Amino acid sequence: MASLIQLLVSGLATGAIYALIAVGFTLLWQTSQTINFAQGEFVMLPAFFVLATMNLGAPLWFAALVGIAVSVIVLGLLFKFIVVDPMLRYGVLPLVISTIALSILLKESVKDFYSSQAQPFPALVPPTDIHILGAVVSTQSLAVLGVAIITVAMLHVLLNKTRLGRSMQATAQNPALARILGISVQRMVLYTFLINAALVAIASILISPIYLAKFTNGETLGMTAFVAAIIGGFNQVRGAILGGVLLGVLDNLSAAYLSSQYRAAFPLLILIAVILFRPQGLLGRIEERTV
Amino acid sequence: MNRLAVAMFAMAAIFSVAAPFMLKPFGIYLISMWAVLTVAAIGLNLTLGYAGQVSLAQGAFVGIGAYTAALLTQAGCPFVLAFLAAGLLTFAIGWLLGYPALRVQHHYLAFVTLAFTTLVFLLLRNEQWLTNGIYGINGIARPAFFAWSTAKPLNFYFFCLGTLVVLSLATWWMLRSPWGRAFVALRENPTRAASLGIDTRRYTLMAFAIGSSLGGLAGALYAPLVQFIEPGSFALNLSFNLLLMVIVGGSGYFFGPFVGALVAVLLPEWMRVAESYYLIVYATLIMVMMAFCPSGLLGLMERLLQAAARRGQLTPALHAKKAAQ
Repeated sequence: MASLIQLLVSGLATGAIYALIAVGFTLLWQTSQTINFAQGEFVMLPAFFVLATMNLGAPLWFAALVGIAVSVIVLGLLFKFIVVDPMLRYGVLPLVISTIALSILLKESVKDFYSSQAQPFPALVPPTDIHILGAVVSTQSLAVLGVAIITVAMLHVLLNKTRLGRSMQATAQNPALARILGISVQRMVLYTFLINAALVAIASILISPIYLAKFTNGETLGMTAFVAAIIGGFNQVRGAILGGVLLGVLDNLSAAYLSSQYRAAFPLLILIAVILFRPQGLLGRIEERTV
Repeated sequence: MNRLAVAMFAMAAIFSVAAPFMLKPFGIYLISMWAVLTVAAIGLNLTLGYAGQVSLAQGAFVGIGAYTAALLTQAGCPFVLAFLAAGLLTFAIGWLLGYPALRVQHHYLAFVTLAFTTLVFLLLRNEQWLTNGIYGINGIARPAFFAWSTAKPLNFYFFCLGTLVVLSLATWWMLRSPWGRAFVALRENPTRAASLGIDTRRYTLMAFAIGSSLGGLAGALYAPLVQFIEPGSFALNLSFNLLLMVIVGGSGYFFGPFVGALVAVLLPEWMRVAESYYLIVYATLIMVMMAFCPSGLLGLMERLLQAAARRGQLTPALHAKKAAQ
């Protein structure tokens, strides 16, 4: 029982990180039909921005802010203008290929210009253990969970309670009508790219203390984020959150109770099952797009 | 234009036969690898270029084919049978995978096939009793046909080249048949194809399964070429590389995979100077190409030739105009 609670908490923590990545993924898809195959590498990279800043002598909190800012510029602004915009007129396929190439580019760049070794990454809070109901829960898991929940809550408020968020939803649901209503569709699309960049940067800072910062981290993360998005329903932010959390918990439980060798296989089997039996995802609706 | 194509084709044919005599063993190994990868890329081109579906499973099919051939030949089965078994098995698996996977399109399919590739990698790595796990399979023998042994690099190259020629002729024939034309119809306009009574799902499935089986056949050649196989060779990287080959060459062009595989095999060798930066340069080139010419090198060539032809037609008219003035 105690170990189950432990596994659940650490599962929820990793699940919350997956959810952040998956939410960014679905946001890009909804507003601009961009399938970002490099999303995993987008999560891998900001940790190195932070590490590079810390190498200059900056404290962690400042380096984290710099990391997020650089990510928003590089993975949001530059990504949209240099990679996505020239490609959109050709349709989905060339963009898929291009983001695959981008993922190789980012991975190899980190390997060649920073290090091919896994880098230790400082934790947000000093790692101590708290005893709850006989289970040992690390403060790190709780901190990850806390930051992720705050991030999602802020995103929720932004999307649903502000004029800007409503404009973004309108853009996702019906770009033509949004334009008629005087919403600058291009600007709204740009905002989703910036939000995605901020989300992956936060996810990166949360996950790197656990997995260490390594150039290959993106491979599994990108896949997991996509699986989470599909499981929850590709067109729903709520779906992506549910999918991410579900995957995190299942991942930890299956590694502990079923087979650690095939740990990576379970999300994929779930993916195939969902596509077979419920292609629109658990929360998704068919042929509809909402934020 | 047509005469140019024939001339280029003849030159390529002469080169592919004559080149190995002038190359060192490593050079022969490289062009043998080109022939093997071309077979796999032709298969992917059927799925991607003709049926219009992004598949990231081709590397896994090459792996399944390679392991099938290696395990069967080591169990004493003749190579020809192992080769056919690899083709049949990957056809069957391709059909089984395609059946659910083709319910979803494009990017969804890309991720489902990506999942499949990862699953195959995990199986190859973890099922040690069958695949010997991470240690791989060593000392895979090259086949002999009656008195003709392919143990020498040169002989094995001609064996690969011959297989490539036979398989590409078969694909060519298939694409010219009403059947193959239905594949193209799927890509160009699925709705219209369906309205003309083409069972789109069936044909897409068929294209996918045949493409997978070409991947399996390429794998059956890969195993005796490298003579050592391990799960890592067939991980996601190979699938990405094969996809990029098809795109770089020009997806939907019959000779696209030939050109793309050549670039993918030779470029790393030419860029030895750049060493590990090679992949960075390669990835950047692909992104630039996608932005300016998504139809690949052959598409680029076609565009340049058309532009040249147009200029050629214009010039006499301009001269006449000048003369009149």
